[in-house]
Amino acid sequence: MKVSADRDVCVGAGLCALTAPGVFDQDDDGVVDVLTPDPDGAQQPAARQAVNLCPSGAVRIVE
Amino acid sequence: MTDTTETTTTTLQTAEAPAFPADRTCPYQLPDSYAELRDKPDALSPVTLFDGRRAWVVTKHETARRLLADPRLSSDRTSVHFPATSPRFEAIRSGRPAFIGMDPPEHGPRRRMTISEFTVKRIKGMRPDVERIVHGFIDEMLAGGPPADLVSQFALPVPSMVICELLGVPYADHDYFQDASRRLVQSTDVDGAVKARQDLNDYLDGLITQMQARPGSGLLNSLVSRQLAAGEIDREELISTALLLLVAGHETTASMTSLSVITLLEHPEQHAALRDDPSLVPGAVEELLRYLAIADIAGGRVATADIDVDGQLIRAGEGVIVTNSIANRDSSVFEDPDSLDVHRSARHHLSFGYGVHQCLGQNLARLELEVILTALFDRIPTLRLAVPVERLTLRPGTTIQGVNELPVTW
Repeated sequence: MKVSADRDVCVGAGLCALTAPGVFDQDDDGVVDVLTPDPDGAQQPAARQAVNLCPSGAVRIVE
Repeated sequence: MTDTTETTTTTLQTAEAPAFPADRTCPYQLPDSYAELRDKPDALSPVTLFDGRRAWVVTKHETARRLLADPRLSSDRTSVHFPATSPRFEAIRSGRPAFIGMDPPEHGPRRRMTISEFTVKRIKGMRPDVERIVHGFIDEMLAGGPPADLVSQFALPVPSMVICELLGVPYADHDYFQDASRRLVQSTDVDGAVKARQDLNDYLDGLITQMQARPGSGLLNSLVSRQLAAGEIDREELISTALLLLVAGHETTASMTSLSVITLLEHPEQHAALRDDPSLVPGAVEELLRYLAIADIAGGRVATADIDVDGQLIRAGEGVIVTNSIANRDSSVFEDPDSLDVHRSARHHLSFGYGVHQCLGQNLARLELEVILTALFDRIPTLRLAVPVERLTLRPGTTIQGVNELPVTW
C-alpha cells in the first residue's frame, strides 16, 4: 500500500492524524503531512480508515 | 400512499412532504416523522419548511457523504434559494457570512486562517487545561449541592471557558455572550434573532478594538494582529468568524454534555461498561456523537445545477438538507442503529458533517467530551437525574438539540 496527501485540498479536519497517527500528521499550519508513504501491514487498517474518513478527499491510497 | 414505483418519479413539489424540522419527544431518539423518512427506500425525501417552501432531506449515509462532497451543492446562506429551517434564519442572512457559509474557492483560505489552532497536536496539548477547567466546575458543583442544574453549573461554563482561552475572549464576559448566543440559536422570531446577532456583533467589535490596542494571546488576537492588520480579512468578516467560533465553540459541546449525561444515565449497562473500562471512553464519545446528532439541521445546501441521485433528481435552485440524525441511523452502515452501543466503532458518523465544511472544532469537542465524561462520573459516581427524563423540556427541532436545564442530584 502507498498513500498520498494533497495539501492543496486538505481542510485541516485532522481525522487522518487522529486515526492513523504513524502514517499522517499535520504541520504547524494544520495541513496534512505524510509521515509513512508505505504503511506496513500493522498500519494499513488505520491508514485505510483515515482515507475513508478524510472529509475533503485529500488523503488517498495510490496503490 | 406512495410506493416504490412512484417514488422513482418523485419531484419536490408532487410528493408527500412532512413538516421539517420536527421536535424530538425523547432526548436521544428520532422524532417519529424522521424514523419514517429513514425507513423509506429513497435516499431523498421532500419535506415542507416553516415558510411553506419545500426541500429535500437526505436520509442515507452514503448519499449524505457523496452530496456533502459535491461541489454542485452550495453553502451560500445568502442565496434566496437556501433552505431556511426557521424564521430565526433571517439573522444568519442579516450579516456577512463566515467561512461556513462560503463555497470554494473563497472558503479555503478563510478556513486555513484558523486550522492551525485546532490540530490534533494542539488540542492534545490543551488536555491539562481542559482537565483543570472541568474539575474546577465539578468542585464548585459539589460544594454547592446537591441538587444542581447541570447545564448552567457545568455543561455550559466548561466549553465556554475552554473556547474563551482558545480564542483569547475574556471569560468574565461569559454571562453576556452566553445569553446572546442562546437567544441567537433559540429565538423563535426574526427580530429576537437579529437583535441577538447585533448584540454579539457589537460585543465582538468592541473586543477587536481592545485587541488592536492591547494585543493578547489566543486565536482571535492572532487574527486581529496578523490577518486583519494585513488586510487578508476585513473587520465585518472577522466579526462573523469570531461569532461562529465563539457560538459553535460552546453551544454545541454544552448540548452534547447534557444529552450524553441523560443518555448514559438512561442506559445503565452502557454507563457501567464505561465505568469498568475507561479505555472505552473515546469510542463512547464517537457513539454518543452519532446517537445524539445535536446539530442535525446544520447540513443545509442549495443546488447550483441539476443533480441525479440514483434516479432521483435534485433540480438547480432546490434546497437540500443533510440531516445527520437520520443518516447516522442508516441500518446498512450502523447495525441496530437506534441502540446505544459504546463498544461500536462509530467514527464515520456524520455529526460533524462531511466535505470541506466538516466541523473545525471536532477534535476539541472530542477532547472536552472525553475529559467531561471521565471526570464527571468518576467524581460523582452516584450522579442521577433529579426529575424523570419524561419531565425534561427538550429544545425544539429548529435549533441545536439539547435541554436548557438539567436538574441532577447525587
